[in-house]
Amino acid sequence: MRIGAAKQSYVDDAALFDTRTQRVWLGLGLAALCAFPFVANEYWLYLACLIAINVASACGLNILTGYTGLVSLGQAAFMGLGAYTVAVMETRLGTPFGLNLLAGGLVAMAGGVVVGIPSLRVKGLYLAISTIAASVLAHFLFSNFKLTGGTSGLSLQPAQFFGIALDTSFRLYWLIVPLAVLMLLGAANLFRTRIGRAFIAIRDRDISAEVLGIPLLRYKLMSFGLSSFYAGVAGGLWAYFFRVVTPESFPLIMSIFFLAAIIVGGMGSILGCILGAVFMTLVPELLKLIVGWLPMSANATLVLSPVRTIVFGALIIGFLIFEPHGLAEMWRRVRRYFHLWPFRT
Amino acid sequence: MSEGFDWLFFFEISLAGLGSGGLLALAGLALVIIYKATRVVNLAIGEMLMMSAYLFFALTASMNLPVWVAIVGTILSSGVLGALIERSMIRPMLGESPISTFMVTVGLSSVLVGLVELIWTADPRRLPEFMPTDPVLLGPAMVAPKVFYGFLISAALIAVVLGVFRFWRGGVALRATASDQAAAYSMGINVPRVFSLSWTVAAMIAAVAGIVVGAIGGISSTMGVFGLSTLVVVIVGGLDSVVGALLGGLLVGLVEAWAGAYLGGEYKVIATFSLLLLVLLVRPYGLFGTHDIERL
Repeated sequence: MRIGAAKQSYVDDAALFDTRTQRVWLGLGLAALCAFPFVANEYWLYLACLIAINVASACGLNILTGYTGLVSLGQAAFMGLGAYTVAVMETRLGTPFGLNLLAGGLVAMAGGVVVGIPSLRVKGLYLAISTIAASVLAHFLFSNFKLTGGTSGLSLQPAQFFGIALDTSFRLYWLIVPLAVLMLLGAANLFRTRIGRAFIAIRDRDISAEVLGIPLLRYKLMSFGLSSFYAGVAGGLWAYFFRVVTPESFPLIMSIFFLAAIIVGGMGSILGCILGAVFMTLVPELLKLIVGWLPMSANATLVLSPVRTIVFGALIIGFLIFEPHGLAEMWRRVRRYFHLWPFRT
Repeated sequence: MSEGFDWLFFFEISLAGLGSGGLLALAGLALVIIYKATRVVNLAIGEMLMMSAYLFFALTASMNLPVWVAIVGTILSSGVLGALIERSMIRPMLGESPISTFMVTVGLSSVLVGLVELIWTADPRRLPEFMPTDPVLLGPAMVAPKVFYGFLISAALIAVVLGVFRFWRGGVALRATASDQAAAYSMGINVPRVFSLSWTVAAMIAAVAGIVVGAIGGISSTMGVFGLSTLVVVIVGGLDSVVGALLGGLLVGLVEAWAGAYLGGEYKVIATFSLLLLVLLVRPYGLFGTHDIERL
């Protein structure tokens, strides 16, 4: 059994990582992340990059949906905005990738604020559906706008970092994963500030929050903006990772994927969006393995796609019914068990 | 185009739009019934429609049943499916936030698409012909027969459903539950049974819509996209308004047809969703929806 830490000052109480054990584990985790590319093969590096991108985007959606309580089915559209901004800047202007990513984030942010404007009057499900409208409009813009290359999309050169082309998963890993970690830290810190607390107050009851003196429109727009900024940067990374951006790259099902990731991981929890995005990205790969093992390998590829769709839906339903707080809650339960062992919780 | 506006063409397009609008209104009605009784927005309505169309396909093409038997069979089995969905997925979500339940139906739609692709593969298929194929003339304008009969079927079914909910005991129970759940409970109405009933009835209505939509445009695993238009219909009309669903259906059908004819097929979705945004900006609760008053 581990004894709890006695906090003796407000600084201790508000600290992000409050115990030494936590800090040690965090250090170990970061070290593992640094060591990972040297031991993993190409396939795992590819997965790691994809997971990091998804974690960043899921984290953005968690700010909006998990912490502010505004459901959005437009996350993929904002990622698309970011990805297209990066692609256009890279191909037309040739500016450095750092600037492109920032611009991608800012453009997505602007899009998010525009989509968020109805959020003061339109609530709940009506809002969710008006964000579907946003994603439909974005798809239309991408495929009918000259700048974005129409339905065939854009393909771009690898990002250049002081003359080194970031063209392999190994090299991209060092761009994508640190950025994702940075964004996660930013999100975790956000909820120790006035803004983050205001978001949580709005989620719990928006009218009460307004009575407490939180300007609803400003904070809701801020939440939309931040969340789409995350999506935009993640989309920019996505563009550098796959190096081809088409209107079909960001379908509605992708927005549902991110919503599913934060539901499965745990709404309103930073750990949740990490666990959720990792889990949801790995499940299709796991299914690929399982279907490959099964004897009927002849039509395995034919079966794989529908099975993946079914499992995807079943996971959403299952988690919502049986574990509404997601993987993060399961993790906390396991941790609590070991903390209190040999006593029962 | 020197003669100016082609009124006959406009008239024909509008009739076709009203025809598909009838189907949208029908599917919208299914959504509204579920929403009124259980406060659940069923995003899977398009997929339930698709499932029914495939059931119909299985009964006619694979088991070679006569069309009318197959229609009745499809409606009944879809009703059972609706009740099963309600019992297994929606009932456990009672008391959870509406968003969570909404997400359950999102998951459900994914499961249904996967099931259809697993059983029937993703290839598009055609339903057997069962409607008269002679072109229909309304004055000078010609209407595609399937669209015309589709509209008649939806109009008839809507009338039947409205009548049933006006006069049948179960319908009255459903309206009572919709207006005040607790009061309905204390008056001896079996509210859980009303929930089941609403899903069953909605699934049956969706089954009819699915058969007609499938007969007009063929069936495929992406047919669920129809559900998105249905969603627009009920949001435009107001989630809890039957009148809203009917008028919204016709309106969205018209807008879709006009946009498709004058701007091009790819503008259809844009036009409907722009309509949605426009309506939401002016009336956040839809044209006929109830404006909830929030209290602390």
